[in-house]
Amino acid sequence: MSILTFHEVSYQHILHEITGEFREGVITTLVGPSGAGKSTTLKHINGLISPDRGEICFRGEPLEQMDLLEVRKRIGMAFQSAPMIPGTVYDNINLPKSIFGESLPREEAKRLLQQVDLSVELERTVKDLSGGERSRLGIARTLVNRPDVLLLDEITASLDYRMVQEIEKLILDLQQELQTTIIWITHDLEQAKRVSDDVWFLKDGRLIESGAFKELASSDQAETQAFLKGESI
Amino acid sequence: MSYLQLATSLIFILIPLVLARTLRLGLEKDIIIATIRSIVQLLIIGYILTFVFENGSPIFMLLMILLMIGAATLNVIRKGDGIPGIQWIILFTLIAVEALTMGILLGLQIIPFEAQQVIPISGMVIGNCMILSLLFLNKFKDEVERSDEVIELILSLGGDAKTAIDTSLKGAIRTSMIPTIEAQKTMGLVQLPGMMSGLIIGGADPMEAVLYQLLILFLILTTAAMASVLVGFLSYRRLFNEKAQFIGLTYKKKDT
Repeated sequence: MSILTFHEVSYQHILHEITGEFREGVITTLVGPSGAGKSTTLKHINGLISPDRGEICFRGEPLEQMDLLEVRKRIGMAFQSAPMIPGTVYDNINLPKSIFGESLPREEAKRLLQQVDLSVELERTVKDLSGGERSRLGIARTLVNRPDVLLLDEITASLDYRMVQEIEKLILDLQQELQTTIIWITHDLEQAKRVSDDVWFLKDGRLIESGAFKELASSDQAETQAFLKGESI
Repeated sequence: MSYLQLATSLIFILIPLVLARTLRLGLEKDIIIATIRSIVQLLIIGYILTFVFENGSPIFMLLMILLMIGAATLNVIRKGDGIPGIQWIILFTLIAVEALTMGILLGLQIIPFEAQQVIPISGMVIGNCMILSLLFLNKFKDEVERSDEVIELILSLGGDAKTAIDTSLKGAIRTSMIPTIEAQKTMGLVQLPGMMSGLIIGGADPMEAVLYQLLILFLILTTAAMASVLVGFLSYRRLFNEKAQFIGLTYKKKDT
């Protein structure tokens, strides 16, 4: 069953009539060369950008008719650079609550850190964290609102191989545990192969193909085959 | 002071000119232009003020204030490039600050309704408002460009535009106000303020000069706070659309 559908979505000169759907409770990766429109597609999903034409529906309801601020609480997003506000680990994991004048119980904060395998003190300042720790904290922060959908924007792009593997395992475990729908941008085809249930292959702002990774691998589309073989397209 | 004495004082322009030339600072042209502009502008304003003071008509007084507001707006809008509609925000802020401060000063009879009082004080209020707006915009744009990821992060968590930009906005307001507050702390210890010095040189009683200077200091603090807060709270909204989506600074493409 699909949780999100795109119907002929176009945005400026970046996305062109994208039509497709995301299945609920699975991991879908967005792959494609630079400038394919992957990040723009992701930002459309939690309403950071709205399409110029076309419609995006969340559980059958058009996003445009929903309260976007509420939608964003239900669709969490972890950014590539894991941006942090100045302060402590707690200040950052508490951010989804503090922006509404609430506070996350410290026990809950510790539990979330445990869930992402991050063993740091809540009072530690974030500027002392390593890239991997920031990435984990970024993911833990998106879990505070218990989102229905988790959007991951190249969260392993700047990490070393060992850390990439750890984060991949973490996401796969979280997905198993929470059954959350995950939409994950990656430029690493091998990673897409390891983690994906489904794949969207984008190029020049168009959705070239979508489906299970295996289906893509056996596709007769020349562009898809060239991309999968790592040829420049 | 006679024109001859003023001409003699041009020797003070020769010193920076010689230094700039000797050290090859490349500032000679700017020093000459600045000197000529200040002489011409101040002489013109001197003649205009003489006319306005002798005429005594409130219409000329109002025109003079509008001229100052217009010139200050033109000076600031370039710094606001990237914020749509910044010219109206600056114009509104200058008018609002001038109206409020003059309203209080005249309404409570702190100063009399005379061109000799209203125009110089308006000049100080508008000038300070202009400088604070420049300082604020400089810092605010810098903060917005540096913090765009955090702004989008907060929006992505369901925060509204004000929440998303709060840290950048308040940081810029604070930074732009600090020089005014710090300058007031050392006032009289490190330097005698310009207006007070002018009154004393002009032969006024030092205590009377101090009272006037204090009035101006209080006004400057008010204008500092009002200018940065008004410009800030009116301009941040222009960086978002009605769906709480971050548009950011939008620079117009220059024709090539």
